[in-house]
Amino acid sequence: MKKHHELVCIVCPMGCRLTLEKDDNAPKGYIIEGNVCKRGEDYAIKEMTNPTRMLPTTVKIKDGFISRLPVRTTEAIPKELIFKAMEEINAVEVKAPVKCGDVVIANILDTGADIIATRSMKQR
Amino acid sequence: MYDIAVIGAGVIGTAVARELSRYNLSIVMLERDNDVACGTTKANSAIVHAGYDASADSMKGIMNAKGNAMFGDVCKELDVPFERIGSLVVAFTEEDMETLEGLLENGQALDIPGLKIIDSKAVYEREPNLNPGVRGALYAPSAGITEPWEMAIAYAENAVNNGAELKLNFEVKSIDKIEDAFEIKSDKETIKSRLVINCAGVYADQVHNMVATEPDFAIHPRRGQYFLLDKTTEGFVNHVIFPCPSKMGKGTLVVPTVDGNILVGPDSQDLGLDEKEAIETTGDRLAYVKEMVSQLTTKVPFREQITEFSGLRAEPDGGDFIIDWSKSVEGFYNVAGIKSPGLSSAPAIAERVMEAVVELLKPEAKADFDPVRRPRIKIEHLSDDELQTLIEKDPRYGRIICRCEMISEGEIVDAINRPAGGTTLNGIKRRVRPGAGRCQGGFCGPRVLEILARELEMNPIDVKHEGEDAYILIGETKA
Amino acid sequence: MKQVDIVVIGARPAGLAAAIEARKNGVKDILVIERDRELGGILMQCIHNGFGLHVFKEELTGPEYAERFIDELSDMGIEYKLDTMVTDITPEKVVKAMNTEDGLMNIQAKAVILTMGCRERTRGAIAIPGTRPAGVMSAGTAQRYINMEGYMVGKRVVILGSGDIGLIMARRMTLEGAKVLAVAELMPFSGGLTRNIVQCLDDFDIPLLLSHTVQEIRGKDRLEGVTISQVDENYKPIPGTEQTYECDTLLLSVGLIPENELSASAGIEIDPTTSGPIVNEAMETSVPGIFASGNVVHVHDLVDFVTAESRRAGENAAKYVLGQLKEDGPVQSTEAGAGVNYIVPHVIRTSNIEKDVTLFMRVGNVFHNAELVVKADDKIIMTKKRRHMAPGEMESLKLPVNKLPQTDAVITVEVAEEVVQDEKAS
Repeated sequence: MKKHHELVCIVCPMGCRLTLEKDDNAPKGYIIEGNVCKRGEDYAIKEMTNPTRMLPTTVKIKDGFISRLPVRTTEAIPKELIFKAMEEINAVEVKAPVKCGDVVIANILDTGADIIATRSMKQR
Repeated sequence: MYDIAVIGAGVIGTAVARELSRYNLSIVMLERDNDVACGTTKANSAIVHAGYDASADSMKGIMNAKGNAMFGDVCKELDVPFERIGSLVVAFTEEDMETLEGLLENGQALDIPGLKIIDSKAVYEREPNLNPGVRGALYAPSAGITEPWEMAIAYAENAVNNGAELKLNFEVKSIDKIEDAFEIKSDKETIKSRLVINCAGVYADQVHNMVATEPDFAIHPRRGQYFLLDKTTEGFVNHVIFPCPSKMGKGTLVVPTVDGNILVGPDSQDLGLDEKEAIETTGDRLAYVKEMVSQLTTKVPFREQITEFSGLRAEPDGGDFIIDWSKSVEGFYNVAGIKSPGLSSAPAIAERVMEAVVELLKPEAKADFDPVRRPRIKIEHLSDDELQTLIEKDPRYGRIICRCEMISEGEIVDAINRPAGGTTLNGIKRRVRPGAGRCQGGFCGPRVLEILARELEMNPIDVKHEGEDAYILIGETKA
Repeated sequence: MKQVDIVVIGARPAGLAAAIEARKNGVKDILVIERDRELGGILMQCIHNGFGLHVFKEELTGPEYAERFIDELSDMGIEYKLDTMVTDITPEKVVKAMNTEDGLMNIQAKAVILTMGCRERTRGAIAIPGTRPAGVMSAGTAQRYINMEGYMVGKRVVILGSGDIGLIMARRMTLEGAKVLAVAELMPFSGGLTRNIVQCLDDFDIPLLLSHTVQEIRGKDRLEGVTISQVDENYKPIPGTEQTYECDTLLLSVGLIPENELSASAGIEIDPTTSGPIVNEAMETSVPGIFASGNVVHVHDLVDFVTAESRRAGENAAKYVLGQLKEDGPVQSTEAGAGVNYIVPHVIRTSNIEKDVTLFMRVGNVFHNAELVVKADDKIIMTKKRRHMAPGEMESLKLPVNKLPQTDAVITVEVAEEVVQDEKAS
């Protein structure tokens, strides 16, 4: 198993370059260096064990100013579920009016994350 | 059955149709693409040559001189931009100066107005950006610049307004002479006509050979590539600037456009008979254009280039224009090999064709022929008061769609709804310029597409970029 | 003629923030003019997250970020006009605009804030030889079609340019069912945020071809394929490295150009390096009373910096209108030193700075474990360590006013330390 890993943290736009050394004596099983904040450390562990991603996309909307409503997940979901999540989201059509933050799909694929609208849209 | 079928709706074909529409003849223009002016007409230097370079006893020489003289009036009738900015053939060596003398002599034989050789000082006063070492130049005040595709569009619109028909997406696949008529077939349609006027550009030889027993002539493509520079370069040169001409043609030029851009080019590259669709630009030839133009001026602001394009000249094997009845097919008239100075000669060529047809058919002149095309509104040229009144009448003139060129929705809608109007993104770009500016359609593209879909009652997915298969969108997302 | 205290041109991240800040600083009479049909501008099609980390301490999508400002603008009752195009600005601050309802308008402003943003560099501007079929478009145009109009632009995609827009679109198109074959980048390093390489390319196994370019475009009516070649250190294609990709879409993400046509007509001096106006610490241009901020001044990567810059412009435009901007006192010019491409603002008048002035800059190369060295004339006044700097990531440096000399001076910022030539992502 690889002992040394290099990652770029994607939690925020800073993009800290992290190095991970596998070390069973270390608190989380890895020695992590390069992160400016704690979230980077958490991200590095997660990326090695259960990588997750935020999913921003659009959903069909009727009666709105335009025909697509931007949405996103409220939290990161397992990376391997991204395309399945897209299928679920693509099958939905919402109706205007919509408020920014409205839940479009609750608890998508049982991940605990909701799909919420990221803008308000009035009725046309 | 039609009286006349004109094959090819470039500037020559549309001009011919318009002249013939002065008479009570049923005319149809057959164009293989989905818009007029899709061939050579849309990719050339847009110059109306003074006409001193083709020999006085050639068809080119005669037609150019005549066409140039007619240009002002025709453009006024058809609302086509035309500016007589004059041209300079620039001489750097003694040999060049001798060439200028030859051109002057030839020009005088053709009665080209105002031709004279000016000295180095006079040249630099007019054109300070030229390289040092200019000995003199041939100054031709009657040379001008225009918008070639607009001319074809205007000719087509006027022809249709006067009763002619325009069939787009009609690629001629076969022509048969059956008794006294021609049967012309595309993949989907067959039409019959008494006479055929062949204005098919680089394909004129192939079209003629569909029905001729002897190939009278051959046309091979000669490609020319250009750079188009942003309007910020306006004033870099004030005239059409030519180097001394060579065997391959008039050379690589620097030309202002009527819209305020600068054109640099073309080069001259002979292609094979089977390369009549080779309209791509190529890195090596574009580099060659840069090299050639540096002989005229090293100051060209290439940093301001907004696009490059290439066009094919219809190069006839005999060297001169072919404007005459076919030698082997009765009723078939060839207008072929119309390379430079084709655009400049267009009004004269059309008149010549018209005279030939009239001599043969002796038709009645139309009492209600209207040579004038309804002028287009360009809000850029209106005064504030005129624009305010216009917006109050039609608010669509108050919504700017193309920021780079200051084009309103009203102008776009008009360009779509006129006869021979635009139906594609590029068709609109040619007619009213959104997409021709510095953002090259980045911002206005989706808006123009939306307007086209709305006005033509089409699904946005069916709106094309240029040709029939040039779809822009492939479908809805999440379909 | 209509009189307005402050006219803001563009109701997008920069304009919205500037207008709000101007109101907060005591000017009531503000008009925001926007050419699109809704407020928010380009942010409304940037549906991905990455916005607001500095300003809101949250990571939002573009529309969410915009809506915060749109709501605040509405709550404050600041007047705006949509679907309205500004056609001209004079040096005397007369703003000419037009729309379908009001027709032509001439507005005499006391101060103008230019926030017109930028446009994408085009294929023609970078001269890719070949045919001109449908299917070649800039990444931003594709983004608009997909995210707002809901249309797919192609099935098999090649992207030229690893700027953020290109990377984002690589992911977007993949998620909506297209196959992205490769992203080609002329430089030996990517132009976008490193996180985007990971989450837009690596996640989907999309190859990033550094030091490559598109050499030829093929296809008659619709794109059929492109040829991609490796380039040498002079960015010229290396013969023999050509590879053909069959694709129906080529997205271009080859740079953004500030839209300064209006600035030019107002007689504003433009910096040829940034292609934007020369500005001072108040974000004021060379024409007194005309301010500018955001992408129109220099192309940003983080909208948070746009907001910060625009708040400064709004605050100072208000001060200008209220006669509170100081004109006398020492004037210092900034100069980009070794390793730095440009610095904004170009001019600093210390009498207008209360605590500190933020210098925004871009470096010319990728640097690891380097230092930004700030000098006043030739004396070092500040140094700041940076673990990683790249041309694709704008740097900001807070310069406390007490570190600046009390006289006219030239302030230079340069990079000290080694350069990494072949930087690879993650």
